[in-house]
Amino acid sequence: MNDLRGLDRREAVAALLKDRGDHLVVCGLGSPGYDVHAAGDHDANYYLWGAMGAAALMGLGLAQARPERNVLVITGDGEQLMGLGGLATIAVAKPRNLTIVVIDNGHFGETGMQRSHTGHGLDIARVAQACGLEARVLRSLKEIEALRVELGRKPKGPRLYVIKVKAENVPRSLPPRDAVHLKNRFRTHLGLPIT
Amino acid sequence: MALTGKKAAAGGARARKAEGGARKTIASGTRDWPHALYRALRGADVRHMAFVPDAGHSELIELFIADENVTSNVLTTEEEGVAIAAGAWLGGMRSVVLMQSSGVGNCINMLSLATISRFPLLMLVTMRGEWAEFNPWQVPMGQATEPALNAIGVRTLRADTPQDLIDMVGSAITLAYEADQQVAVLISQRMLGRKKW
Repeated sequence: MNDLRGLDRREAVAALLKDRGDHLVVCGLGSPGYDVHAAGDHDANYYLWGAMGAAALMGLGLAQARPERNVLVITGDGEQLMGLGGLATIAVAKPRNLTIVVIDNGHFGETGMQRSHTGHGLDIARVAQACGLEARVLRSLKEIEALRVELGRKPKGPRLYVIKVKAENVPRSLPPRDAVHLKNRFRTHLGLPIT
Repeated sequence: MALTGKKAAAGGARARKAEGGARKTIASGTRDWPHALYRALRGADVRHMAFVPDAGHSELIELFIADENVTSNVLTTEEEGVAIAAGAWLGGMRSVVLMQSSGVGNCINMLSLATISRFPLLMLVTMRGEWAEFNPWQVPMGQATEPALNAIGVRTLRADTPQDLIDMVGSAITLAYEADQQVAVLISQRMLGRKKW
């Protein structure tokens, strides 16, 4: 059964990335990557197609390597649930320029819409708070617009935001799957050499 | 930045406590090699590291944490370090991941990120379960470490003496950061010495 409470995920991610400035973006596998791709592909997007649990931690390494840039991780509830310990690691590391956004539909959308832990009531924002991150749940486009404006200012991270979206499968918008291409495209964007 | 300066010293102390307080290894030879290893890595512009502690890595961890020009990350589980190192390289920074052989088992699927993306990866793995091991629970993963790494596509270099280790890390630095390879240097338990506990 589709759960139709919550925001339209494509509208939510498009609102977040409107006029994205110089944000560096890492996407967790599955629907959040399609949402980011649908909002407009960009050389500074790195899309994961596997390595579940990696997104926020890749964001950490990237944020530490590029302290002058805002790093935005956009991932799903299932992907972040596989990396819950990573929230503790990020909280200890305290990268000011890292923001994690969890697109939470309460389900594993790629595998048949099985209910996830958040669908059973777990609140990832509270887990993040317990680790020491500032974290909130967003339920309206108005709140996302406010976050978008905030992200354009001096970063005060690490922060985590959960955006509650409807549990529905929207048409896929597929990013490239060639990881070496994505890596080289991203590094070229940063002016780094291709090995 | 993560663990730097005084704050880092406290983090390092916590890490050692988590590993087992004052437990130390009895080295079968000199313990100068952690310093040589540190110099080799810093000389290759490695300014970023992540670790789950092991007694065999304790000096190297301390050296890195005390270095204010290195960002050090303490992990809850080893695969986090594989993802962090990939992110660091995406941003132009060389990173090294330190762990014990038991941690290799935690990393397997995450290593697909490094292999499929050809992210440079340098792992330094202290071996357990292979030489004068008192803890049977270390044996299965110790025996599986090298085959498991090879199966997922990570190249392994095995060091049995401090000189071997320095040579192999030198080779691994080039293989990883210049040839985009994923390399694990396995530091033998015989070289690390018996664990006193």
